[in-house]
This record gives sequence, C-alpha cells and structure tokens, in this order.
Amino acid sequence: MSSNTIPATRKPRLGPGRLMLHAFLLATSLMFLFPLLWAVFNSFRNYGYTLEHGYMSFGGFTLDNYKAAWERGGFEQSFVNSAIITISAVVLTLALSCCMAFVLSRYSFRFNLSLLAIFVAANLLPPQSLLIPIYRMFRMVEVPEWISASGTLLNSHLAVIIVNTAFQTGFCTFVLSNYMKTLPREIYESAEVDGASIWRQFWGMTLPLCRPPLAALATLQTAWIYNEFFWATVLLQSGDKFPVTSSLNNLKGQFFTDYNLLSAGSVLAALPVLVVFFVLQRQFVSGLTLGATKG
Amino acid sequence: MSTTTKNVRRGEARSGLRIRPQDKLILLLMGLLPTLLVLGLVWFPALATVVLSFTRWDGIGDLSDIKFIGAQNYVDLATIYPPFWPALTHNVLWLAGLFLVFTPLGMFLAILLDKEIRGTYFYQTAYYLPVVLSAALVGFIWQLMYSRDQGFLNWMLGTSIDWYGDSQINLWAAMVANGWRHTGYIMLLYLSGLKGIDPGLREAASLDGAGQVRTYWNVIFPVLRPVNIIVLTITFIEGLRAFDLVWVINRGRNGLELISTLVTANVVGEASRIGFGSALATIMLLISSVFIVLQLRVTMKED
Repeated sequence: MSSNTIPATRKPRLGPGRLMLHAFLLATSLMFLFPLLWAVFNSFRNYGYTLEHGYMSFGGFTLDNYKAAWERGGFEQSFVNSAIITISAVVLTLALSCCMAFVLSRYSFRFNLSLLAIFVAANLLPPQSLLIPIYRMFRMVEVPEWISASGTLLNSHLAVIIVNTAFQTGFCTFVLSNYMKTLPREIYESAEVDGASIWRQFWGMTLPLCRPPLAALATLQTAWIYNEFFWATVLLQSGDKFPVTSSLNNLKGQFFTDYNLLSAGSVLAALPVLVVFFVLQRQFVSGLTLGATKG
Repeated sequence: MSTTTKNVRRGEARSGLRIRPQDKLILLLMGLLPTLLVLGLVWFPALATVVLSFTRWDGIGDLSDIKFIGAQNYVDLATIYPPFWPALTHNVLWLAGLFLVFTPLGMFLAILLDKEIRGTYFYQTAYYLPVVLSAALVGFIWQLMYSRDQGFLNWMLGTSIDWYGDSQINLWAAMVANGWRHTGYIMLLYLSGLKGIDPGLREAASLDGAGQVRTYWNVIFPVLRPVNIIVLTITFIEGLRAFDLVWVINRGRNGLELISTLVTANVVGEASRIGFGSALATIMLLISSVFIVLQLRVTMKED
C-alpha cells in the first residue's frame, strides 16, 4: 500500500492492524446494541406469530403491543407521576445547588472546604443505608390532605421529590462551584464598585454565565431522576403513585408470559430518556464527565 | 484553583472586599436551605442508622420503646441470620466482576477509541447508549435475553437454562446485565480523560522510541491519576449500591441476595426489624466511607 500522498498522522493507513481494530469495535458495538434492538424488534411483533414461528422468525408485525402495554401498564398515570417528580426535583435541585455553589465559590469561610465535603460525600452514600431513619421520619411527619391522602409524608410525591433533591444537590453543588470559581473575578470587583447587591451579582451576573453547566446538569439530572428506582419504590406504596421506572416492578407480573408486550412496555419506559439522549447528547455527555474532569 | 484566594481571610469576599451587612442575610439564606436539607436528609439519617444499629426496636411504638442492646445485632447478623454471608459474598463477587472485567473493558474501549478512527461516533454511541437506561429497565430488557423458554440466549446456545431463576447462575447473569450498563459509563469517563491529555506528551514518548503499550503504562496512565481514582470510586460505590436490577428480577432472593436488598427487606417487609436492618445498613456505610474518604482527599487536594 503506497501512502505518499496522505499525511500519516491524520489518516492512518488501513493496514491489517486497523482492520482488526475496526472488526473488534464493530463486533463489540453490535453486541452492545443488540439487547435494545432485540426489544424494539420484538415489541412490534404479534405474540401469536412468534409463538407459532419462534422468535427467530421474521414477520407478524403489528402496533397492537404498544396499545395493550399502554393501557394495561397504566402508562398514562405513571408518565404523569414521573413528570411531576422529575420536573419538581430537577428544578429544586438546580435552584438550591446554584445558591450553595455561589456562596461557596464567592466567599471564603473557615469551614468552606468542610461544607463542600459534606455536600460531595452526601452524593456518594448508598441510599439503602439511610432508608430506615428516612422511612420512620417520613411516617411521623404529618402533612395536609391535599399533599398526601395518607396524611403523612410517606406515600406522597413530595417525599420522593425532597429525597432526590437532597441526594442530587451534593453533586450539582460540586460541579457548579467548580465552574463558578473559574469565572473572572474582575467582573465581581467592578460590580461591587458599582454597588450591585449580592442578589444582583448572583441572579444578574453569575447565573447567565453558568448556562453551559446548568444545561448539562439539567439534562443529566432529568435522566437520573426519571431513572431513579429505589426511593420511589420504598416510599410510595400505592401503584397509582408510582413513576414509570418503579412501576416496572408491577408490569413484570402483568406481562409475565407475553414477551412482546414486555418489550413494548420496556421501549415505552425507555422512550423519554432515549429522546433526551439523542436530542441533548452533547449536554448529557458533558454532564456525565463534568464532575470527573472538574468542569 | 486560583491563587488569589490564598490570602483571603475568612468572612471576606474573594476579591478582598468586605461583605455589606444587608448582603449577609441573603448569603445566609442562600446557604442555609441547601445545607439543612443535606444535613437533615442525608447526614442525620446516616448518624441515626449507626445509633439504631445498637438497639432493638419494632419501629411502630414510641421512640421511648427503643432498647440499647450493645453489639447484639452484629453478633446475630454473623451467627444466626442465614442470608448475611451469602449476601456479603455476592456483594464481593459483584464488585470483583465490575472491577476485574467491566471497568477494565470500559478503559480498554476508551483507549481504542482515543485513536483517530473513522466511525468513532457510532462506536461511542453504541457503547454508552445503555448508560441512559435505568438499572431497573436493564434488568427488564435482559429478561428477553435470559428467559428460559423464549429468551435469545437459550436459542443461540441450544440450552434451556433459567438464567434469572437458577440460584447457581442468576448472580452471574445479573452481573453481565449490569456490566452492559457500567462499561459504557467508564468508557465515557476515561475517554474524556484521555482527550484532555497534552498531545505533546505522547509525541515526546514516541520520539523516545517507546511502543504504544509502554507509552500507555509509563506515561499516560500515571498522568490520568485523578480520572483513575474517580473510575475506582464509581466502580466501588456502584457495586455497593447495586439494588435496582436485582430487586426487579426477584426482590433479591434465591441466589441474588445483596446487603442492600436485605436492608430493604428488613424495613419494608412484613417483619420490620429496625435495629437489625440498621446494623446491615451500618456495614454498608462503613465500607462506602473508605471510598468516600479516598475520593474526597483527591477532589479536595486541589482546593
């Protein structure tokens, strides 16, 4: 293979090594995609057809599984529940994290670092280890009927929202305060000379500059809280309150034998995060790596 | 961070100006609410878990019903609670699987993708697509692979194994499903670390005549220390937190016991044994605190 025209550093020659590399990457990436594609493929197939011809056949395409899964799985209710929990928790998390990050990044207190440590470590604790006290606390807290029909915080959306917020605030505070520390301090000096209040410095100056990490965090947190399973499962007891992810547990019993229906239910549950993934991929990826690479 | 913060005394703005009195109240309010939330819903429960682990309580009566019984719960755990040792073993195996197979695989894929490769976007997307799915949904989707009668795997292998049901196999089956999701996450973290490396470093190494493998081990790997520590921490914390996938399969029974599922079963199940469950939870806290301290030391060092 002659390569006197192509600079070797930019476009490597397609030697045997390269071919093997591509073969390996292609094979593994298809393996990674397969379980999801398999679910999508079978979700469009008639159960009777696959029963008769086996799963390794081709044909029997239908949309009926989606209709049946939507109705029998109670997706209408659980999507509403997911929306309530996810939107409230994400907005609350970002609002609180912005405030905390601003305080931590703009001002030096003696306990600054320990405060940040408290926030960062909180995000890493295993949630199951905190279950017992939280469960008892929530059962003791009485709330008005319009928040929870049970009269206590347990079995209410509010409970899931505040627990998720408490857990995610640590990570978001860490990421945002790192970002805010990189903002040029001259702008704050001149703002103070102009007599701008703290609130104006926060709301009018800092937040607009923090749009990139906020977009990334909002995307990431939406996916995470939508995907959150543990707290919703243990804190909500009635099926009509479950968000999509924790209602999967009930679906399993309902769709037990019909795997095409199960596939359709899986695809429906995955749809919101897949949309986030494909539409906001850049934000999602930068959100995932933000914490790791320190903004 | 910036060197200008070095000389700033406490209670002062980073720029060196004093905080005006009317602003102090706003700052206090801005910091107070998040701090109270995190202290009240994370750190107080953590502390309460440790305290409750030394007590006996049915969780229904008043707080005055709580009896301190010393380390009895821990003794009971180790001696007369059959699922404890299997669960601990499963957690260790789960960690070992992530640490020895899926984390290295993710790092390896990242190293391969770090080269100039045509179609890298497709490969990357394929690897980390499972990362957006919830662990619960992953357990669900893999059921289509693992089902005894209708699953893909049995068809391909010509076997009739109940991958999720057989208590000898189901832990490994769950670990593979979990690894599917974990690998892409590690790949993504590591790739972003690799992209951040100064290209000059690589050139210098190759000018010295070092081969690819040597360059990686002697030059790249040490430089990536912060990312390595994060990958290590995430692997261990994820391993310890494992819950969703197993709970969706069979609520953590019959070969799939993990510490996290035992804690949950002891609290929300029919027999709520608060002290006992807390002892299990405290063990989780202890193990996780090792890695949290490690992680904190790395992230805080730079400040």
